[in-house]
Amino acid sequence: MIKNSAAEMAQSLASGTITSVALTQAHLDRIAEVDGKVHAFLHVDTQGALKQAADVDAARARGEKLGPLAGVPLALKDVLVQKDVPTTCGSKILEGWRPPYDSTVVSKLKGAGVVILGKTNMDEFAMGSSTENSAYGPTHNPWDLTRIPGGSGGGSSAALAAFEAPLAIGTDTGGSIRQPAAVTGTVGVKPTYGGVSRYGLVAFSSSLDQAGPCARTVLDTALLHEVIAGHDPKDSTSINAPVPQVVAAAKSGDVKGMKIGVVKELNGDGYQAGVRQRFEESLELLAQAGAEIVEVSAPNFEYALAAYYLIAPSECSSNLARFDAMRYGLRVGDTDGASAESVMNMTREVGFGREVKRRILLGTYALSSGYYDAYYGSAQKVRTLITQDFNNAFAKCDVMVSPTCPTTAFKIGEKANDPLAMYLNDIATIPVNMAGIGGMSLPCGVASEDGLPVGFQIMSPVMQDQRMYSVGAALEAALLSKWGAPLLSQAPSLGGAA
Amino acid sequence: MSALTYEDVISKYEPVLGLEVHVELNTNSKMFCGCSTIFGAEPNTQTCPVCLALPGALPVVNEKAIESTILIGLALNCSIAPFSRFARKNYFYPDMPKNFQISQYDEPICVNGYVDVEIDTDEGPKSFRIEIERVHMEEDTGKSLHVGGSTGRIHGADYSLLDYNRAGIPLVEIVTKIVPGTGKYAPEVAKAYVAELRDILRALGVSDVKMEQGSLRCDANVSLRLIGSDVLGTRSETKNVNSLRSVERAVRGEMIRHAERLNKGEKVVQETRHFQEDTGLTRSGRSKEQAEDYRYFPEPDLVPVAPDAQWIEKLRASLPERPSLRRKRLQEQWSVPDKEMAAMINADVLNLVEETVLLGSDPTKARSWWLGEISRLANEKDVTISELAISAKDVAEIVSLVAQGELTDKLARGVVEGVIAGEGTPAQVIASRGIKVVNDDGALMAAIEKVCSEQSETAEKVRNGHVPAAGALIGAVMKETKGQADAARVRELLLGHLGQAAN
Repeated sequence: MIKNSAAEMAQSLASGTITSVALTQAHLDRIAEVDGKVHAFLHVDTQGALKQAADVDAARARGEKLGPLAGVPLALKDVLVQKDVPTTCGSKILEGWRPPYDSTVVSKLKGAGVVILGKTNMDEFAMGSSTENSAYGPTHNPWDLTRIPGGSGGGSSAALAAFEAPLAIGTDTGGSIRQPAAVTGTVGVKPTYGGVSRYGLVAFSSSLDQAGPCARTVLDTALLHEVIAGHDPKDSTSINAPVPQVVAAAKSGDVKGMKIGVVKELNGDGYQAGVRQRFEESLELLAQAGAEIVEVSAPNFEYALAAYYLIAPSECSSNLARFDAMRYGLRVGDTDGASAESVMNMTREVGFGREVKRRILLGTYALSSGYYDAYYGSAQKVRTLITQDFNNAFAKCDVMVSPTCPTTAFKIGEKANDPLAMYLNDIATIPVNMAGIGGMSLPCGVASEDGLPVGFQIMSPVMQDQRMYSVGAALEAALLSKWGAPLLSQAPSLGGAA
Repeated sequence: MSALTYEDVISKYEPVLGLEVHVELNTNSKMFCGCSTIFGAEPNTQTCPVCLALPGALPVVNEKAIESTILIGLALNCSIAPFSRFARKNYFYPDMPKNFQISQYDEPICVNGYVDVEIDTDEGPKSFRIEIERVHMEEDTGKSLHVGGSTGRIHGADYSLLDYNRAGIPLVEIVTKIVPGTGKYAPEVAKAYVAELRDILRALGVSDVKMEQGSLRCDANVSLRLIGSDVLGTRSETKNVNSLRSVERAVRGEMIRHAERLNKGEKVVQETRHFQEDTGLTRSGRSKEQAEDYRYFPEPDLVPVAPDAQWIEKLRASLPERPSLRRKRLQEQWSVPDKEMAAMINADVLNLVEETVLLGSDPTKARSWWLGEISRLANEKDVTISELAISAKDVAEIVSLVAQGELTDKLARGVVEGVIAGEGTPAQVIASRGIKVVNDDGALMAAIEKVCSEQSETAEKVRNGHVPAAGALIGAVMKETKGQADAARVRELLLGHLGQAAN
């Protein structure tokens, strides 16, 4: 049962062949069995999840009209606040904090009857591409436990790949949903910026952060997308427009006549041979399904990474200033006679990890008087140029595509001391955040040289998220008929009963 | 302490002013969340995830605050920017929950305005134009209470308490361009400017403008340069100036302090100074030489403010009468001499007088009550008139009772005193104190006869035509009737009784 898709589980719940309590218990059992190896979860809310499941079962028994995912379990990235459930963002500085309020995403999940199993591991404050920056230890890739599950949302993607949950929520600032999806053989979507409320999403970089759905199939992702999306008056940057019809698009999977633009600059040098091979094959499958493949150019993408590492740290240096030991979380050095300033300093010294400190310092420097124009100012100009590149390209095609990452999952520890090499892993995902458009990663096979999953990225214009679901569903269907079974059936079993 | 006189200062130096006024708006809710803004609530009861800066919380702009700010800009003759943005001002302080303040930086909502203020000079009334550089929106911080230590400051305190009720209250900052050319009148001009702003803001109804509660706060920048020079001197910024009188004192005090340093060949330090209400002097705050770098950048959590032109025009059409024009109009309507008008403005009773007149009182009577007896009682109690428990309605009622002969002026003063003492409305005071005019001629005649027989010699003088001697008898009758008689009627009856025509 736990290897089914969320849509299939929802059907079984609706037809009464299983209860939400049983389904939830099955996932809790799976977590108990395998999470010692995977470490996808930071907190499992056993009681809360079972209570929520029982409530859904009771509502169903009363004949109430329920949402399409009611009773299906989900894993929540620990950067979204859930009332009374510990939220750490993978950081020591928030250890022990229980939020007094629900994020809008959580309110919507609860409202839809989605059962929240617990909080998943992540790079501290979503800064990283491997989940090695979690203060609570790394998450392991279910395909190979010595490898990273991607980041920052490695906990969510690993939970899906290890069948600990059929649905998960991630957040994506520079690729933190899509890159983990790519390296774990799962599906992850970063909706259009403003498509999903950021209220209650602990900010890393406000102008880039976006929560989104993660699952094992394109349709499951679409179903979850429609649950969490929509305008929120509590988030000024949320878009006040109807949610794109992503479920309909995922169900039809029709690409006939669609123009698919292959980004010239996001291929070639630096991309692993096995990644390029799977990507090229996928393009052929899409062409066979009736799409027209064209080449598009985005000359300014080469500056995206540099600009991102000015904008994101700048915003983070300000966003993380609130962690000052005054109102919540860790407090260090509060001894007799210690000043507020020294308590703040000591708490931040002890509470933040190395990567977070690196980015706070970078951002503080970039915003400093005398440097602002050269760094933050220039980066904003690059951002405008990247948006123009997308606009120009979308004039020639309906969606743009690329490999999600240049490589498959690397070894834990391999890049831990080389931040630049780590940053380069996000080279294909960052432009999407810079322009605020939508992006999806779905599995397109395993690389022949290492047998590890490869991600296929689809990018769609602002509030045209349904386009990437159409293309993703078409490719998924073509690949499934080629493979005969989902890609994850090739992953090792982890020794669990399932 | 000051060896220099003010005259010494102005004979050598020209002061240059720059005034920054912070105004707390009187919106029902805070700038970026729905929390209440009521003053004086229990600490930390008016807070939520947004104004406590809990992780994940986001700000949403209060539309009403934007409307109020645009109104202020329009009233100050500013241009309203079609597009403006919020920015983050980053610095750490425990009473600032996010450790950044949402403010506006290089894209304020209102720019380039002016206010004309009039002051009395040696050559008569003279108008000065104060140019406005910008009007922008921001949020207030929380309040720190430093416990222990002698200074009430964070250094030396045993511990500090934080109250976040004020955190996020909408603030508008009004910044002037530099104001040169005021010469020796700089302190008066500064005071008149703040007073004019206060009147404008009050007329707009956008703020309580209570300087003593901090809903209107002025920072005064002062620098001196040698007369004739066009190079600006180094300025100091005096904070904590909590009354109109203090504005004037602070500017004057800083002018003298700067001149003393400059005369000794010392430099003026560019710094923040705190005004000391008791001494009228300032003391050094933090030096701005190690200028704090606020790392301003556009607030990514908020979309730009782009008010549409129609809305702005609608607001412009709704602007109330400019206070200076209103004063001219009232002065004409009431035929008030310049000096009396100035006294009313100075005593801050114009609104009260107008309200009293609108309730039917004669303007001269209304004015004389507010400026006379009521001002005297306020002085006696060392409070402002607005703090007294007497309203325009009470005064109008008293004026009306006097006009109807129900009260004498003397009795009316007693009623005013009773109302101020909290004994209730004029009617309640009259009832509880048993005040009433004796206008029963029979009772008055009895008293007159009694007094005339007691003081028969004086009575005889009056009877023989020496009318001025009647004063003593009238006084005695008034005393006899416990002051409740109408003195004019007593005089009339007395003179009749003694065979003299009352005239």
